[in-house]
Parts: sequence; C-alpha cells; structure tokens
Amino acid sequence: MTEKKTSLSRRNFFKNAGIAAGTLVAASTLPAFDAVLFAAVKRNTKGPWYGIAIDIEKCIGCGTCAKTCKIENDVPQEPFFFRSWVEQYTIKKDGTLKVVSPNGGIDGFTQSVPAEEIEKSFFVPKMCNHCAKSPCVQVCPVGATFETEEGIVLVDEKFCIGCKYCIQACPYGCRYFHPEKRVVDKCTLCFHRVKKGLNPACMDNCPTKARISGDLNDPESAISKFIRTKNVYVLKPHLNTGSKLYYNALNQEVR
Amino acid sequence: MPLHLKRLIMTGVVIVSLFLLLKHALTPDSFGQYGHYRGNSMAEIATLPVHYTGNSSCVSCHDTIITMKSESYHSDLSCEGCHGAAYKHIASPKTEKLMKPDSREFCGKCHSINLARPEKAIVQVNIKDHHPEKNCIKCHNPHQP
Repeated sequence: MTEKKTSLSRRNFFKNAGIAAGTLVAASTLPAFDAVLFAAVKRNTKGPWYGIAIDIEKCIGCGTCAKTCKIENDVPQEPFFFRSWVEQYTIKKDGTLKVVSPNGGIDGFTQSVPAEEIEKSFFVPKMCNHCAKSPCVQVCPVGATFETEEGIVLVDEKFCIGCKYCIQACPYGCRYFHPEKRVVDKCTLCFHRVKKGLNPACMDNCPTKARISGDLNDPESAISKFIRTKNVYVLKPHLNTGSKLYYNALNQEVR
Repeated sequence: MPLHLKRLIMTGVVIVSLFLLLKHALTPDSFGQYGHYRGNSMAEIATLPVHYTGNSSCVSCHDTIITMKSESYHSDLSCEGCHGAAYKHIASPKTEKLMKPDSREFCGKCHSINLARPEKAIVQVNIKDHHPEKNCIKCHNPHQP
C-alpha cells in the first residue's frame, strides 16, 4: 500500500516527466538521414559499395526495364510479381494525384487522364533501394535475407521459410512472394551479372540510359558523378532506411 | 535432493543438449562466415545464368546492322531491348530465332505521345493519327529511323 502511494507521488511524476522530456529533446538532436552525406563516406574498405541512380528526366516509361528484369531473373509473368516496375504519376489540375502502373509498365503506358486536366505527369521507375540499414533484413527471423559487404540486399532462397515478414517490413514494396518456390524474392541488382562484370539487365537495356548503378566508393564512377552533379533525393528519407537508390528530379508527391 | 527434482533436472539437461546437438547439425557450415546468413548463398546467386548477353555478343554475326544502328538515333539502344534475350539464340542460332517486333503498339511504347514523356528525351507521335493504316516499319527502318 505504501509502495503504491510512493509511485504515485508528485516527486515521481516530475521525475518521470523529466526523463521523458529529456529523452525527447535528446532524440530531436539526432541527425535525420541525409542520402548525399551518406554517400560521401566510404562504406566498404574491401571492395565496391553499390548504389543505384535513376534520372526521371530521361525516363520515357517504355517499361523495358520491367520486361527485361522478369526475363533475366525468371520472375513469374503474372502482373502481381515484380522486382522492377514503372509508375506513372499524374498531378491533375483539380489538385488530385493519380498513380498507375498497368502490368508494371511492361505493355507501355497510355495516358488515362485527358490532356487538358493534367498539370504535370511523369514516370517513376522503382526497384529495390538496396538500403544500408534495411528494415527487411532486420526483421528476418532466420537470417535468410542479408546485406552483402558490397551493399547488395539478397535473399537466400534455400534458407527462407516464407513467413513474409520482410514483405511487410519493406517500406518501398520491393519484395514479393514467389508462387512456385514459396519463398520471398526480390531484386538482386543482378548479382549474377555484376559478379561477371556486366551491368544489371534493366540498366543495360534502358533505351535512354535513365538508370545506372555502380561503386559509390569510386569518386570517378558514373554514379558518384551523378550524385555530385544532380539534385538527388531518395524515397522516404524520414524512415532512415539508408536507401542507396538516388533519383534525379524526383517530386515530393512520389511515395 | 528429492527424486522428482533430480528427474526434472535430468530431463532438462537432455532436452537442452538435444537442442544444441540438433542446432549444430542443422546449421549450414557457411552460416556466420560473413554475418548472420549463409555465406555460400552468395556464390549460388552469383552463378545463376545470364539471359541478356549484350550487344557485344551480336556483333560477330550482325555487324552491318549494328554499324548502321550505331550511326542512327537508336545508337544507344541495346539489341535485346527490342529483340528479347539472346542467350538461347547464341547457343543455337539456326533454331532459336529472336522476335522481330513490328506492331504499331510496340513502337508506341516509346514513341506514342504522352505528357509524362520528357519532350527532349524522345520523338513522339500520336499513333492514332499518324498513318494509322500501316505499320511504322513500312516507312521507318528501326535500325536507322
């Protein structure tokens, strides 16, 4: 009885309130995730540290990236399974936003909003961000998904138990459940090509060279130059995922 | 110590040692080699087959058409972007033919007018009005448009 009284005392209330307020103030001084500052630091001393860059000003929405990705990586052809896809954002004059991605953009886009109603429209190609602090990796209960030392997020399909927790955890929706293998599948940045000295299939086949990948550690690589010379932005920086997919000319409306 | 406690402790010891034994037997050798994952899985993913073999694999047979393309507006395009993955064709060029897309819809995936396409990035036409009676390749050579 005495104990209960003590825990409800004015002294304790002020003490706990002080601790809570102090924690909040201290947490507010922590820096938010800044993608360019992050890219400036050498992250892997032993080898390359991969990042991706997509230039929205060059993307024409042909969907070749999404199509080649499916073939290169044996992704099921049904329109629910994508490692890489393209979205069309249309900001209408009435202040509403329409986002479409018919079959991931593989069959091309037809303008679904009349031209006179459009304020602005643009394509946003999406794929795994290969985050350096991946939420999907953190939640895996068995260690089936991981970040390699080169900064590529992979899934070990022999070890995955198919619990789909990582699909829930990815804030970018970049994972899907493979209907035949019964394991989670995702973009590997074409790990099998990169290791053979090739570029990822989506980047080799992009007709306008709107997407590149490369070594962020190398200041002379195309991606390092891209980040230095353009106004780059990552998706959802407030989530502090350590995203390494840098977009040029990304609008804030993109989620 | 009472007998029932001794039995309980013994059962506990047996269960824990069985668990440790099973864990040791079931954990793959390469698990933990680089981190909390199976190290060998990286090598397994790295050996997956390549489907898109790149323009350099086309040039030995199709050099004239590649030279023509390299001097045209389509110089940046990869052959397989339109014709599809070439890995089977390279293994058996006589029997495995690549596709030759010729439909208006195919060209329209890049060239049909769309406000989302950056104007400077690509030539765009209204494919509904622009000679709807014939395929694009009747007038435009895709390798020298």
